[in-house]
Amino acid sequence: MNRYCAAVLLLLSCFVMPAAAVIETYEFSNEELEQRYQHLSAELRCPKCQNQNIADSNAPIAQDLRKRLYQQLEEGASDSEILDYMVARYGEFVLYRPRFSGATAVLWLAPGLLLVAAIGLALLVLRRRKDTGGPADSELSAAEQQRLHSLLDESESGS
Amino acid sequence: MGPRLKLFIPLILFAVLALFLLRGLELDPREMPSALIDRPLPEFTLPSLESDTLVNRDAVIGEVALFNVWATWCVSCRVEHPYLNQLTQQGVPIYGVNYKDEDQDALRWLQELGNPYRLNIVDADGSLGLDLGVYGAPETYLVDAGGVIRYRHVGVVDERVWRDILQPLYQELLEGRVP
Repeated sequence: MNRYCAAVLLLLSCFVMPAAAVIETYEFSNEELEQRYQHLSAELRCPKCQNQNIADSNAPIAQDLRKRLYQQLEEGASDSEILDYMVARYGEFVLYRPRFSGATAVLWLAPGLLLVAAIGLALLVLRRRKDTGGPADSELSAAEQQRLHSLLDESESGS
Repeated sequence: MGPRLKLFIPLILFAVLALFLLRGLELDPREMPSALIDRPLPEFTLPSLESDTLVNRDAVIGEVALFNVWATWCVSCRVEHPYLNQLTQQGVPIYGVNYKDEDQDALRWLQELGNPYRLNIVDADGSLGLDLGVYGAPETYLVDAGGVIRYRHVGVVDERVWRDILQPLYQELLEGRVP
């Protein structure tokens, strides 16, 4: 029983961690700004830690970017102004959803093109199978029939 | 395509995939080109570390120079410091950006380890760093005589980095052969 208690406690302690990771809080002058802050800080990638957005990261640079984001929101900057500001300093890299451009075209188009190619290939393979394969092939030729009969006869007489 | 050749399709696919993965091993995902390459050095007005005066962009441009972002809390900065001293002796102008640091600590550091910098810009809250797209010290920017950023190196500048990357660019800029 003690073991189960320990296991449950251990499991519960896993849920405690994220609560401890809450970072600084900002007072916004209205609800809408706060929502935009949440949204934008989740859209912006931390340049130092790379696999975290700036909302999740404890890196000093992420703190700076959050602070700047807060200031800009309070100053009345629009979302695209803020994103432009960040891209001008940290490059397209800072956006989790990079904008469509020459450099990112492959990134945006590849999934669609691959899907189309896969569907095309599947249709091609299926059609060819229908043309060449099918019931006609599954019937035995006369020679095969004869061989089958002789084999069956053999096994019957053998048993 | 003959049925024999078809058998090789998986092998070819594997080879292509392996090539891409092999290439991926050599790529450093942390190495990002600066968004400020070929852009002017950002405007700023910040205190100087050595005196109580304010410095702005005009005070530090005019010749090809290095801008080194450093701090006393940055371990790698201590590693590269002797080499910066050496570069200064060779006559390379270096400006320091003392990034999110304490003035007293920074001054003590320069006294103990030598001062390779023409002057140091105090960027206590990291605002110039943010405008430069700094994401961690040390970073070194190569700026041409017109105040345009030509290259950014993230990490320690040592002899190899200088010889292989920075010096060729520096010479080109000095001779006016802008790449």
